Formats: sequence, structure tokens, C-alpha cells
Amino acid sequence: MDLTAFADEVAGTEPVTIAGMATRGGAVSGVRAVSAPSGIEWIEPDEMTLCCGAATPVAEIDATLAEHGQEIAVPPSGTIGGALAVGRSGIRRLGYGPVRDVLLQVRYVSAAGDVVTAGGPTVKNVTGFDLCRLLVGSQGTLGFFGDVIVRTRPRPAHEQWFHVAWPSVDPHDLLAALNRPVALLWDGTQCWALLAGQLADIERIAAGAGMSPVAERPSLEGRHRWSVAPSTLSALSGDFVAEIGVGVVHHREPAPVRVPDPGVVALTNRLKARFDPTGRLNPGIDVLHDGP
Amino acid sequence: MMAGVVADLRHAIGDDGVHDRPGELSLYRKDASNMEGVAGVVCFPRDTEQVRRCVDVARRHQTPFTARGSGTGLAGGAIPLDEAIVISTSKMTSIESVDVATRRAWVQPGVLNLDLTRTVAPFGLHFAPDPSSQQVCTIGGNVANNAGGPHCLSEGVTSAHVLAIEAVLADASVVTLGGEDPEPAGYDLRGAFVGSEGMCGIATKICVRLTPDPPAVATALVDFADIRAGASTVSAIIAAGVVPAALEMMDRQCLVAVEAYVHAGLPVDAACALLVEVAGEEEAVRADMEVCRRVAGEHGCTTFRLAADDAERALLWKARKSAFGAVARIKPNYYLHDTVVPRRVLPDVLDQVYEIVARHDLQVLNVFHAGDGNLHPLLVYDRREPGVTERVAAAGREIVTASVAAGGVLSGEHGIGLEKRELMPLMFDGVSLAAQAALRSAFDPDGIANPFKVLPSASSCADVQALAEPPADAWI
Repeated sequence: MDLTAFADEVAGTEPVTIAGMATRGGAVSGVRAVSAPSGIEWIEPDEMTLCCGAATPVAEIDATLAEHGQEIAVPPSGTIGGALAVGRSGIRRLGYGPVRDVLLQVRYVSAAGDVVTAGGPTVKNVTGFDLCRLLVGSQGTLGFFGDVIVRTRPRPAHEQWFHVAWPSVDPHDLLAALNRPVALLWDGTQCWALLAGQLADIERIAAGAGMSPVAERPSLEGRHRWSVAPSTLSALSGDFVAEIGVGVVHHREPAPVRVPDPGVVALTNRLKARFDPTGRLNPGIDVLHDGP
Repeated sequence: MMAGVVADLRHAIGDDGVHDRPGELSLYRKDASNMEGVAGVVCFPRDTEQVRRCVDVARRHQTPFTARGSGTGLAGGAIPLDEAIVISTSKMTSIESVDVATRRAWVQPGVLNLDLTRTVAPFGLHFAPDPSSQQVCTIGGNVANNAGGPHCLSEGVTSAHVLAIEAVLADASVVTLGGEDPEPAGYDLRGAFVGSEGMCGIATKICVRLTPDPPAVATALVDFADIRAGASTVSAIIAAGVVPAALEMMDRQCLVAVEAYVHAGLPVDAACALLVEVAGEEEAVRADMEVCRRVAGEHGCTTFRLAADDAERALLWKARKSAFGAVARIKPNYYLHDTVVPRRVLPDVLDQVYEIVARHDLQVLNVFHAGDGNLHPLLVYDRREPGVTERVAAAGREIVTASVAAGGVLSGEHGIGLEKRELMPLMFDGVSLAAQAALRSAFDPDGIANPFKVLPSASSCADVQALAEPPADAWI
């Protein structure tokens, strides 16, 4: 994919912001906005890799991968670039891993307008420092993603939600009984588990845990997103749905204010100063305090 | 100046934690690669505060320091240059906590990889990264190199199993990167630190994710009369929708050498054999192994030997992990390479490896993580033959270049260290290397944490020397 035109658009000395589909908060207002290239460049089913422009909708990627019996561990909305830049994982994180592990290579445009390559095209790679991990979740403050190579995974043979009333016992006991569920949600009195794989296995595991098939999981719409240590989930109160084993909590109340470690603040500032010395990329976004 | 450094280190952590006798220092000149440097002094801190004090001495004297685990690295990452202070984590071996319910543990960096797995085994858990050196390598070293292993095919490499790192940075500050919560605020500093080969600071505590043991496992040894057929089977299995727990390949030269060593009944007449392991729930394992059997049959496999029990499975794995011991029976010296190529070009790249090696009049054994395209060509030679080390070096460089030209990368799990830093421009242009340097400089503005590794360097580093003797121990 030719990123020259995109790099030229980003280049300059004035502030600039990147716009996708605005499903995760959108571009910074009042600043000149650019958009990354869109479209799937190639898909290699037997490598389980896919290359596309950063503005490619996740839905388009999902549809294309489905034809090959594959999927991607990225939440299903907006653009792939936005999903990676924000770095929030979907409901299947327990089973399929966090969004940050999906990115194999990114070519991004730096604050200086250069096209920079981070990572590599293969599924395994330790060549140099892991800039890909630094960039996932960096909210466009270190560079704007141009195109990406991402890891895909086989679509499971079957996937089914199950439910059980779970009022008094620690939900981690259910996690142990289910071994490796794709997701396990708990609202303080009930549990929902997403199991995937061979039907015989799923049905045996669910029955063993006393769970019954259910059509839907609870809605997570309109809730605040908390990030807490999974060991503290059992002590939660209020109106919540917690991702057991992960620590994401979908709560009616706003998340408690987090005070970052001064060492983390210093490192964050040094990184920003080196990657974007004039602060022109997505100005105003404070990655330590701004959640999408 | 070194006398002042040693005195300050003794003051900082006590006499018994600081060693500078020449005989001791010589033990810390090298790792498991074939290069060596010069250690100025070696420290053995026992906890985070003692590491911080050691780094503070280095900072005050502006003397480089190099963190060291067990020294099993194969790329020279732990080799001290310019009389650096070696900070050994070998006294930091405490598993501080294990939370079985949420499947995680806090460990000090000197904990051995296999010791962690053995400790949590009674709870049905293990630490997934399993480098071949897992009996002796440390978790801190795994973090520094973002280590892999056969079972990283399905479970991911070390980065996917590290949740938080308490680190001492080069300015002697202590900071926690990442966290036990899933979405710590700000940049993924944890991810940036993993794989930074000791150049971003020293990990002093690590929170790792533990993986439940699979309820069912099946292992098969599949052999082929044609190496291309075996290599093609690898990507065909993945394309069929199966991600095995491990998918390893051994070529004929390796099978012959290993069989003579461990007597596992390996097919020594075959061109190559695949070791396929699938793990998970019962029915999934049965279904996946059936797919592997079908695909292997379609590619003309000679035999498909399914391990009948745990003992046979252990024997097959012993054969795979004994390659190093077997090599010594062929030639006294070896050079092990580590590149990754897309799975679909494995047959072509293997052909090129054999062609390169033959042209340089050398012998090669191939034993590698085929499932993720991670090649490990092992060149065996006798350094007493005139000109052979030059031929080994030239062949190695050609193999790496061919791998990158085929769409691959310089290293899959050994890292760059000193070994491949000058090859980095094969993959990265100037601005891309500058971005990596910027990351490093944000963690260590003065550049005293393990300097001159990973990134191409104009600096002299004249004290890096090729080893006269092969390392006493190494793992493949």
C-alpha cells in the first residue's frame, strides 16, 4: 500500500488529528483532520495474517475473514486503526487475548511526516524493540497508523452462551470449572459464559458446571468501563457486569479516578517528547487520563 | 575508575554481593553465543532495593551496566562490553505470590522458567513460554528476550504472558509498568519493555499469567520421504483451521543424529518428520488430530505415529529437545541461527538453506518451530579446519538475508543482541531505526543500560571477540 499521499497529508508543522468512523470518541475537534487509507491489501489464510489500510472498517475485515473460516480478536465496530489506537479489547479477551497482541506490523506516519515501520510481517518476531505494543492504545499521540498487518484466528466450530444463577459463591470457582471459557460475565448474582469449540465439549462442560444455554448475554450499553485487578472483582458492589479473569467491569457508576505513578508519568512525557516534540499529533489528548 | 565503582557497589549492597576477582569475572564475559566481552565487576543483588542501589552506582559513575539471568541467550544480549557492571539476578529467585483463582503469579526475575511451572503444577497451571533452555533460563531473561518455545504456537510468546513489570530504570528510579488490571492508563510501557534486551532497565518483579493445563493432549510423529511435502503440510494444517499446541520439524540429518543419541525409534530413513501436538478439550483434540492425520496423508506422509501414552509422548519430546546433545556427536562446534519466514515459503527457504550450506561446504541440521515458520538451521563444523569459521559466518549471513528476502524477519525468539545488530537495516530504514532508538532513549536517556546492543552502532566495541572455545552449554 502506498502511504506517500497519507504521509504528505500528515506532514507539516500545524496540529493535526486523525479521523476514523467516530465510534470511539472521534477526532480532536477544531484541528485539521486526516484519514488513513482504507481497504484490504491482502489476506493469507494459511499464515493467519491480513494486511489492510488503517481506515478499513472492522466489519469489512470480519466479513472477508468469515469467507476463510477465520476471525480477528478485535471489537466489532469502527476502523481497525481506531480499534488498535484505542486498544480496548472486546468481550472475548479472556479466551482470545487482548487487542494489543493482534498487531504484527504497522507502518505509521510520524510527527515529522515520515513513514515508519514497526514490527514485522510474520506471526513470530523479536527483531528490535516492540514498538507495536507501545503504539496499540497510544490514541494517535505517537503517530498515525497508515497500514497494518494483523494476526487472525480460526473461527470456532461452535460458540454458545450459557447462564447460571450464581448468588453466593465466588465466580472464580465457575472459572475453574469451565477451564478456558471465551468469556465469563458476573453481575453479583448470575453468571454468563461463552464457550467455543466442539459441540460435545461445550455441552459436557456447561452441564458439568450446571449452566444452561441462553440466547443473549446482558447488555453492556450505557455503562462505564472500569479496569481493576481480577482478584478484587469478588468485592464489587452496585449495578455492574464484570469480566471474570480479565478485570474489565461495565458499571453504572463512573470509574474511580486513577492516579498514575509518577515514574509512569515521567516515562510517558519522555516518550511523547521524542515521538512528537511539538505536540502536533492529536493535540489535547492526555493518554494517562483520557479514556475514549 | 573501576576501583571507585567497586568500592561504591560494596558500600551499596555489601562485600559478599560484589565480586571482582579475575577468575570470577571471566565467567561473566559471555553468554551462550560465540562472542565475549569484558566484565568490570559482578553484583548479586537480593531484592529490588539492592538492584536500585547497584544501578544508582552505575548512574553516578556513568558506567554501563548489563543485567544477566542464567546466560543462556544466544545473541550476545547479556555480554558485558567496556568493563560494564554485570548485575546478576541469580539471587532473586523468590516466587512471591501465586493466585490460583485468577491464574497469575508475582516472581522475582531470577526464578527459573521450569521452577515456576513446577511450583504451580499442583494447581493444574503452567507458565506457557517454554524455551528449550527452560530448565535453566530465568523469567527475567524470558522477559528481556520476549522468549518463545514450541508451545508458543498456540499460546503466544512471553509478552502475551506478562501483565506487569516492576523495573529499575537507568536513572535508578523504580517504576511499575503495566498492571494487574487489564487496561492500565496510558501507553503500554509493559509491552515496550518486554523484549528490550536489558536496554530499558532491569525487571525486579514480574507478574505473569498462568495457563490452565489442557485436559487432553495428543502427540504424533509424522514422517515424509520428501522434505517439501513435510514443509507444505505445516501450512496446510493451519489453513485447515487447526492451530496445534506445537508443530516442530526435524530433517533427516537431525533425525539420524538424535536417534543415535536417545533411541526413540525415530524414522532415520525419512527426509523429515513433524512432531505435532494438539491440546485442549477431549473432542477438540480428537477432531484436530484427525484433521492433522488427513492433511498429512494428502501430502503423502509415510507413517503417522500417534503416541499411545504419556511415556511415548515424553520420549518424542525428549528426542526433539535433545538435538543439542546429539550435535556434539557430529562435529565439535556449531552455529545456531534463528529466523522466521511465512509458513508457505518454508519449502523454498529450506531448499535455499541446503543450497547455501552445500556451496560453503558445510553441514546443517534443521530442527525448528515449523508451525510459526521459525527456522533454526544449525551449522556444525570443526573450527580447527582452516577457513571454516569464515565460511560459517558467510553462510549464516546468507541464510538470514534469504529469510528476510522471502518476507521473513531477523529473529523469532533469540533476539538481536550483538549478533544481528548490524543486520537490522535489512528490515528497517533509517527513520524506523530512529523510532526504536527514541523508545530506548525515553527509558534510558543516558544510554547506560546494556549499551550497543540491538541497534546498529558506529561505536567501536572493539572488545567483542569471537570465542576461541565453544560455549559449554546451549539449548536449541
